[in-house]
Parts: sequence; structure tokens; C-alpha cells
Amino acid sequence: MLPNNLKVALLSLFVAFMLTIIPLPGWVVEFRPDWVTLVLIYWAMALPERTGVTIGWLVGLMLDVSHGAILGQHALGLMLVIYIVHIQHQRLRVASLVQQAIVIFFLLLLKQLIVLWVSGIVGHAPDTWLYFMPTITGAMLWPWIYIIMRDVRRKFGYRAHY
Amino acid sequence: MQTLFLRGPSATLRMIIFVIISLALMTVDHRWKHLDAVRNTLSYLLYPVEYVVDLPIRLYYWSEEVMSSQQNLLDENRQLRDMQLQSRVQLQKLDILEKENERLRKLLSATPKTTEDHLIAEIISVDVDPYRHFIVLNKGTNDGAYRGQPIIDAHGVMGQIVYVNAMTSTAMLITDVSHAIPVQIDRTGLRSVAFGTGQTDYLDLRHIPHNADLRVGDKLISSGLGERFPRNYPVAVITKIDRDTGETFIDVRAEPLAQLDTSREVLLVWTQNHEKAMPEPEQPAETPDKDAIEKPVEEPDKEDVEEPADAAE
Repeated sequence: MLPNNLKVALLSLFVAFMLTIIPLPGWVVEFRPDWVTLVLIYWAMALPERTGVTIGWLVGLMLDVSHGAILGQHALGLMLVIYIVHIQHQRLRVASLVQQAIVIFFLLLLKQLIVLWVSGIVGHAPDTWLYFMPTITGAMLWPWIYIIMRDVRRKFGYRAHY
Repeated sequence: MQTLFLRGPSATLRMIIFVIISLALMTVDHRWKHLDAVRNTLSYLLYPVEYVVDLPIRLYYWSEEVMSSQQNLLDENRQLRDMQLQSRVQLQKLDILEKENERLRKLLSATPKTTEDHLIAEIISVDVDPYRHFIVLNKGTNDGAYRGQPIIDAHGVMGQIVYVNAMTSTAMLITDVSHAIPVQIDRTGLRSVAFGTGQTDYLDLRHIPHNADLRVGDKLISSGLGERFPRNYPVAVITKIDRDTGETFIDVRAEPLAQLDTSREVLLVWTQNHEKAMPEPEQPAETPDKDAIEKPVEEPDKEDVEEPADAAE
């Protein structure tokens, strides 16, 4: 049997992937936050001994497949983000939600930039500033995501060390 | 086991290794496209997600069928019957014309025009990437789909398959920025290449000289050059011609005929160089590379797309 924490983590990723591909009306599509990255950042903060760069890279690879992107594009970005969260998780945990949201903003920006650079090299970079909207919406949603994820994990995860 | 201090060389080292792997992977995937197996395996994990996301929409269509009244069904049935009769009458004529055409071609000892195989695929309602024009279809290698396979709807050419998995496949629409399709003006036979623009409502015809005989309303059909798309399928209608004498070429825009954002069902077409082979994933897997060398026109890469400039004249 899978441990509860893992079940919750897998389920949250499943939901995050669903939210990533669920069809939205045209005008909100550009504002769709990067759910998978946000959820994985949470797990890298909450369970850093389980969620390392390897998981980050593999999930990023899945993101590549679901986006029809070049394999490694999102993987590289997500892996670097998770790496930073991983080595800084103790500092992030004690920060206030607003401070966390600011850090998350820059982390999401880093990932967007890496993905943008690769798209640019390959030759189909989007030429609109709306491309960076998910960074802003993601950072704004972070406090809620954090609280919901924490409550879910505390309710279902057997280990609540944080 | 729970340690208080997790930072150490291992995470950094792994990070550096993964950076190198990512760079290598991206290069290989972009240059040679040999990573279909990896993509395929990962897509199995994603399939349940796509299935669940598509489920409510599928339920909606299903319930619409179940709930519709008998009277409605009868009406629709009658309507369809009428339509079928009409199209059958037209087909009779077409049949004779086709036979005659074949006979004449034989007389001229021209290459015979063979018919294509079709299969209906459904679009799975998922959003892929807001800046690319991709759709996900519910047919994959299990149904004989292959990479580079053209897809059409009732009104015209929609695009081609770029990634094919076992149960699903991802197709690029003709309006994607990195797509190009060789076309021909229906009225004059002038050949060109229609480039996707990233906008859903128009394609760009590039490298058309000022003296070209073009009019707004001219229909573009697939020319079959490049041997990826079958010949003579409608692609687009010219909506705007901008003859700026300062420019070397004129600026021509055409609106795609296929209903790119409203179709739910599409047709996969097996062209004559791809016999419809039932589950045989090996055959489709090897073809794209050969295609890439011979016909760079529709290769969904920017670099390749740049090249057919001279082929357009």
C-alpha cells in the first residue's frame, strides 16, 4: 500500500495536471497559473526529503509531453525551481505567506524564462507580454494553494511535522 | 528517516547532472526526433488525466443523444436521409468523372490518382499550450495513425499529426506558427506555400510576386507537393491582398476553410505512400526522418519551414 502522504501528493499532482489541460474560455487561457509547478513547490517545501530534483525533473518531463513541447524544456525549468526550493526550504517555511508569494513569483518567473528561452532558440517564442501572466496569477494564488494543500496534507497525511 | 539538514553536495550535483541531461535531451529531440518512445511512455501516464478532463464533455454529448426526443431524432433522420440522397446523386456524377479521369490518365500514361483511406477521430477536449495550435485526438498507433499524417474535417485541411502515442496523438493545426502547407490556387494553378501565423483566422502566403494573378475569394487547395498532404483538398480562401510596391513580394492572407476551433470530429487520411497498416508502430516511426530529408516543407520546425522559399515560386 502506498503511504498516505504519497497518495495525497500523487492525487494533488493529478489534479494539477487536470487543471493544466482543462479547456478554458479563450480570454482566461493566458492567465492560467502553472498549477503543476505550484503544487510541486509546495511538496518540495513540505516534504523535501521526498521531493527532490529528480522528481522535479520527471514531473517537468510529463509537463513537456502534455504541452507537446520539446522534451526537457519544462523539465529543466521545473527542476531548477525545485532545486532552489529544496535547498532553501527551511527559510521558505518560516517566511510569511506574503513573503513566500514574492519568492514564488521569482521562481515562477525563472521557469517561464527558461521555457521562453528554449522556445526562442527553437523559433516559436510567443510575442506577447501576456506570456508572463501565469507568473503573476500563480504568485497571487500561492497563499490559498499553500493553505489548502497544508490542510489537505494534515488531514490525510499521517506525518504532520510541519 | 528525517534529517534536519538536507543540503549537501548531492542535490547540487544532481541538479548539474539534470541540467546536462536536459540540454542533451532537448538537442536530440529537436534535431533528430528520435524520442518518440520516451514521449509515448510518458503519455500513458497522462492518458488518465486527459480522459478525466474530457469526460464531462463526452457525457454532455452522450446525454444530449440520450435525452433528445423521438420526434427530434425522426426529424434529423429524415433530414440526413434527404442529404444522403442528394450527395449520392452528386456522387454518381463524380464516379463517372473519376472513371473518365482515370481512363484519360491512362491514355496519357500519367501517374494514377489513387484514393485515400479515412478514419474518423474525435478531438479530446484538452488545452495544450495557449501559444501553440495543437489538438489532441483519440486515435493513436493502435489505429494505425502515424507521424505526419494529414487530418481534415468536412470543410478542409486541418493540420497534421506531430506526436503519435498508442491511444492518442497530438496534431498541429495549419495555423500554428511553425506549420506550412504547399497549396495551389484553384482558379489559376499558381503554387505557393501557406504559412501558419499563430492566429486562428488567417494563413500567410509568402513569396508571391507582384504580377501574380490573385484575387480575393480565390480558393486554395492542397497541391500535394511535398507528398505529405493529399492533393486537391480545400485549404483556405484568400481574404486580403496587400500590393505594396515598395516590397519585393505581395502580402496575401487566407482564411482557413476547416473549422479549426469548432470541429469535434476530424478525419485521419492515409495517403498513398502510407498504406493503412493496422497496429504496426514500427512502420510509422521510421517514416518521418525520410520525409524530413525529401520534403522539408511541412516539417513542423521553424528552420525547415524557412527553406521552402524557393519551392514556393
